[in-house]
Amino acid sequence: MLTHLPILQVIVPLMAAPLCLFLTRSRLVWLFALTVSGLAFLISSLLLQQVMNSGTIIYTLGGWDAPWGIEYRIDYLNALLLLVITAVSTVVLVAAHTSIQHEIPKDKHTLFYILYLLSLAGMLGIVATGDAFNVFVFLEISSLSAYALIALGKDRRALWASYQYLIMGTIGATFILIGIGLMYQMTGTLNMYDLSQRLPEVENSRTVFTAFAFVIVGVCLKLALFPLHLWLPNAYAYAPSIVTAFFAATATKVAVYLLIRFTFSIFGLSFSFTALPLQALFVVLGLLGIFVASFAAIYQKNVKHLFAYSSIAQIGYMIVGFSVSTATGLTATLLHLFNHALMKSALFLALAAVVYRIGSAQLSQFHGLGRQMPFTMAAIVIGGLSLIGVPLTVGFVSKWYLVLATIENGWWPVTVLILLGSLLAIVYVWRIVEAAYFKPPLAGSEGIKEAPMSFLIPVWTLVIANIYFGIDTRLSVQVAQAAAQSLFGVSP
Amino acid sequence: MILGLYNYWIVVVLMMVGFYIVIAHGNLIKKIVGLSIFQTSVFIFYISMAKVDGGTAPILAEGIQQYSNPLPHVLILTAIVVGIATTALGLALAVRIKEAYGSIEEEEIQEKDNLDC
Repeated sequence: MLTHLPILQVIVPLMAAPLCLFLTRSRLVWLFALTVSGLAFLISSLLLQQVMNSGTIIYTLGGWDAPWGIEYRIDYLNALLLLVITAVSTVVLVAAHTSIQHEIPKDKHTLFYILYLLSLAGMLGIVATGDAFNVFVFLEISSLSAYALIALGKDRRALWASYQYLIMGTIGATFILIGIGLMYQMTGTLNMYDLSQRLPEVENSRTVFTAFAFVIVGVCLKLALFPLHLWLPNAYAYAPSIVTAFFAATATKVAVYLLIRFTFSIFGLSFSFTALPLQALFVVLGLLGIFVASFAAIYQKNVKHLFAYSSIAQIGYMIVGFSVSTATGLTATLLHLFNHALMKSALFLALAAVVYRIGSAQLSQFHGLGRQMPFTMAAIVIGGLSLIGVPLTVGFVSKWYLVLATIENGWWPVTVLILLGSLLAIVYVWRIVEAAYFKPPLAGSEGIKEAPMSFLIPVWTLVIANIYFGIDTRLSVQVAQAAAQSLFGVSP
Repeated sequence: MILGLYNYWIVVVLMMVGFYIVIAHGNLIKKIVGLSIFQTSVFIFYISMAKVDGGTAPILAEGIQQYSNPLPHVLILTAIVVGIATTALGLALAVRIKEAYGSIEEEEIQEKDNLDC
């Protein structure tokens, strides 16, 4: 059983999804989905433990050896991502049953859980697999269910946001498909490890160069790198609150994983950073993303929009860490990936609680909420502090490593800009604090009560995780460092 | 050289035609048509790539030494399924958008959204 964990990680949610159809009662389906997600979390914890004890796990599907068969390869990087995805998915699902009561029509509840599990399975598949074409298939499984999940939003703008995401996402995925095709044409293999061995022989050809360009653009579309981020704000703002909490913490992270996997493991460090001016390109786009998105966040009227723009800015930090292209830089990226998942899931889940109580996420409706929903608002404040990068929160740890990495490389101006970017985060977080704590409650809002326990427990689990991993950084830093070092050492 | 690789030229032309339609047209159905053409060009690309000169269909038979590469064909079967799913979902969304907004023109939808804000 233990030897089959890599495939169980993906197959359990994938098989569980259609089974939901047999359970018609909303509560029953919810419990089932929660169990499945919890099981996936258990599997990913065991996998991480196995990787820490005995190194990379190689699992051949059906016993067919790679490169003929498909293999799943779990190293530190994969195990970290799997853990983040399953942990967030499970915690978010705890609140799902209450949250979707008002947001999704009753007859669609079962479908919601099916799509949720499919999306989860897709993301886990992208991370677990060691086969390039498999990545495309799982990418489409997770994306197609994501489009449908976003379209479940109550507002009609959810439909339009979903449609735009579908167009952009499909173009991105097709670009990746073209890139994989070109790589196959040159090497005759789809296995990632095998590709990394064979690509150096042909890396001077224009075909490989084109493949690399297609893959990079496709992945950057998926990870909402500025200026390819246009699909993200509306998709996050109008999706059902639970869906936003899940995707904000996981979907773009999976794309960051793909970027790291393709550049570092498959194409190799020396090719990736010389074929295209990736370093200059990413540091500029990353910083531009931080500033443009943070400024945009300051002017948003809808808090969901505000945090969606902040997500784009946080992607900017990850990309800057990536562009440093040293082990410390990559550690910062991976740490921020882990930490940002904790922050954004906590923030968006707390927002889901607010939407549950007041039915909207408009900033003008937040007046006086600090007294009416003290625990929820406190969670948003702590999440916000973490977003800024205040010490004792996770945000500080990743910013610290990012600053270290840029200084180590002698990139002083970048260090200064990163710190300035954090100041912008203070401004947009302050706007929420001001509305919630320093404005008198709106007329007719006397009846607003604190969110139910089904929200408070998962929200505060995440908030405590935000503080815990801000103080005790052993697990996150150790795994991120090990992953970064293995990427710089022998590929994959 | 140019004639010998004509299927790749078709791939490039189709790809650009599809991509252009997606970007330039405001009609939601036309966008999906463009997206399908774009994806189809990639299917043709994979299938062309699998063709081995003088090779036959990859069915084991006596007296045949050379076969075309079956793997890209299989991959593209998967990609076609994905493409159909995408088209179906896109069209379904277009229907819902028509119901909710009363239009399938990008500009009109954007206008109505701006009024809502």
